[in-house]
Amino acid sequence: MPVYSDKVMDHFMSPRNVGEIENADGVGEVGNPVCGDMMTFYIKVDDNHISDVKYKTFGCGAAIAVSSMVSEMAKGKTLQEAKKITPSLVAKELEGLPKNKYHCSNLGAQALNKAIDNYLKKQAKGAKSKKGGKK
Amino acid sequence: MRRVYLDYVATTPVLPEVLEAMLPYFKDAYGNAQSLHDWGDKAREAVGDARGKVADLISGEAEEIIFTASGTESNNFAIKGLAMAQQAKGKHIVVSAIEHFSVLHSARTLEKWGFELTEVPVDKYGVVDPDEVARSLKKDTILVSIMQANNEVGTIQPIKEIAAIVKKTGAIFHTDAVASAGSIPINVKELGVDALSLAGNQFYGPKGVGALWLKKGVRIIPFLDGGVQEEGRRAGTENVPAIVGLGKAAELAKAEMGSRAKRFSALRDKLIAELPKRIEHVTVTGHPTQRLPGNASFCVEFIEGEAMLMLLNHQGIAVSSGSACTSRALKASHVLIAMGISHEVAQGSLLFSFGLDNTEEDVDYVLETMPPIVDRLRQMSPLYAKFLKSKKGGK
Repeated sequence: MPVYSDKVMDHFMSPRNVGEIENADGVGEVGNPVCGDMMTFYIKVDDNHISDVKYKTFGCGAAIAVSSMVSEMAKGKTLQEAKKITPSLVAKELEGLPKNKYHCSNLGAQALNKAIDNYLKKQAKGAKSKKGGKK
Repeated sequence: MRRVYLDYVATTPVLPEVLEAMLPYFKDAYGNAQSLHDWGDKAREAVGDARGKVADLISGEAEEIIFTASGTESNNFAIKGLAMAQQAKGKHIVVSAIEHFSVLHSARTLEKWGFELTEVPVDKYGVVDPDEVARSLKKDTILVSIMQANNEVGTIQPIKEIAAIVKKTGAIFHTDAVASAGSIPINVKELGVDALSLAGNQFYGPKGVGALWLKKGVRIIPFLDGGVQEEGRRAGTENVPAIVGLGKAAELAKAEMGSRAKRFSALRDKLIAELPKRIEHVTVTGHPTQRLPGNASFCVEFIEGEAMLMLLNHQGIAVSSGSACTSRALKASHVLIAMGISHEVAQGSLLFSFGLDNTEEDVDYVLETMPPIVDRLRQMSPLYAKFLKSKKGGK
């Protein structure tokens, strides 16, 4: 078995918040299957807070645990707070990741970030086309 | 929980008879095989006896066996030692694209040292076409090395045909038989090879011992300089217990080869036939018939090997994978990629290898355990979600 912390094993064995959100407010996809890992994050935003977050992950045990951890860390946070979630914070919360997994598998924070950016972009566009936009 | 070891390709256990044969050489008969007294004589005799048994396994001569510390060492020794000994004749070496890293990386090291390297391709089953080898040969080709069987996908190569082609040019032909020796019959004379590598822990001998068979008269540069052990070609005090173990394992493998192969291939064939029936989008990798008796290798689409391996381990099943995530270098198996399998699909590689402790119930347990694991990982795979959407869209 790869040398994973108990926390990584826990999140791998029972990943939290797996799935997709239909009509998500923001979607972020990172990685590609060639390098091994791919993650898609979906967020629902209410009043500048991430009210729901789900994801789908193709990858190793670390990639799955990272996705699960990021989803837990992001839930309920404001967009600004959620944007401060970094790969090193995620690794810390997971009680460490094997060195060789750090770069390829620790993409969850990046995927979340992309989902937030995707949401903000849509908002900006909406604001431009229809004055006031959504909400 | 049921515990099922299906990773005999990583290593076999040591058979009780093998261990029994080894034990006296740790404790009572502990002499150095080079010493000129009774203690030395006893060790020397044991090494000589093992040499004969290993030679018998491949129908070679005892004096053509050089003991080494592993299959990897045998391959390093062969590739580097044979090329260096032949370099006055030329600088060109040929290997296949699916060689074990101990051959491939040795050849690439030689390339850095000024040799020229050609890596011949394989087809989708992992077979080296003898005509490809023929086309790769040049006037200054001094060494060709093609493995007898691939450890990852089990494909057995047409070594006899390739050897006949190489022979015409006068180049030396080495075959890495680490995955095949002890599992399928080998007769070095019939094969027409000049050198052959094997390893103990692939056929119920101990780890840390292997052998290079080198046809009488073929020159090689010593692998380790020092004393006169192994005719000065591989110096260092002989690992007598391990060599004895290798000899005993070789003797048993030869005697039981037919019955083992029959058992293993029945288990292999059942898994290969049934798994793709139980799980959609599973492909068998390697050749349908020309494959090692104990090898059943697959690619499970839309999911990744390490995650499968971990969940299988949780259910007591031990297997291997060639996915990028399971390798230290984080690269998908070069074997699968050379066979034309995409990186994406290669990520789902899973290798089951059968051995003496396995039964049909083990196969049934795998067939029962695999579908929910695959389903669970597919449910969370974005690739699977995309596939399902495209399927819907297409209809």
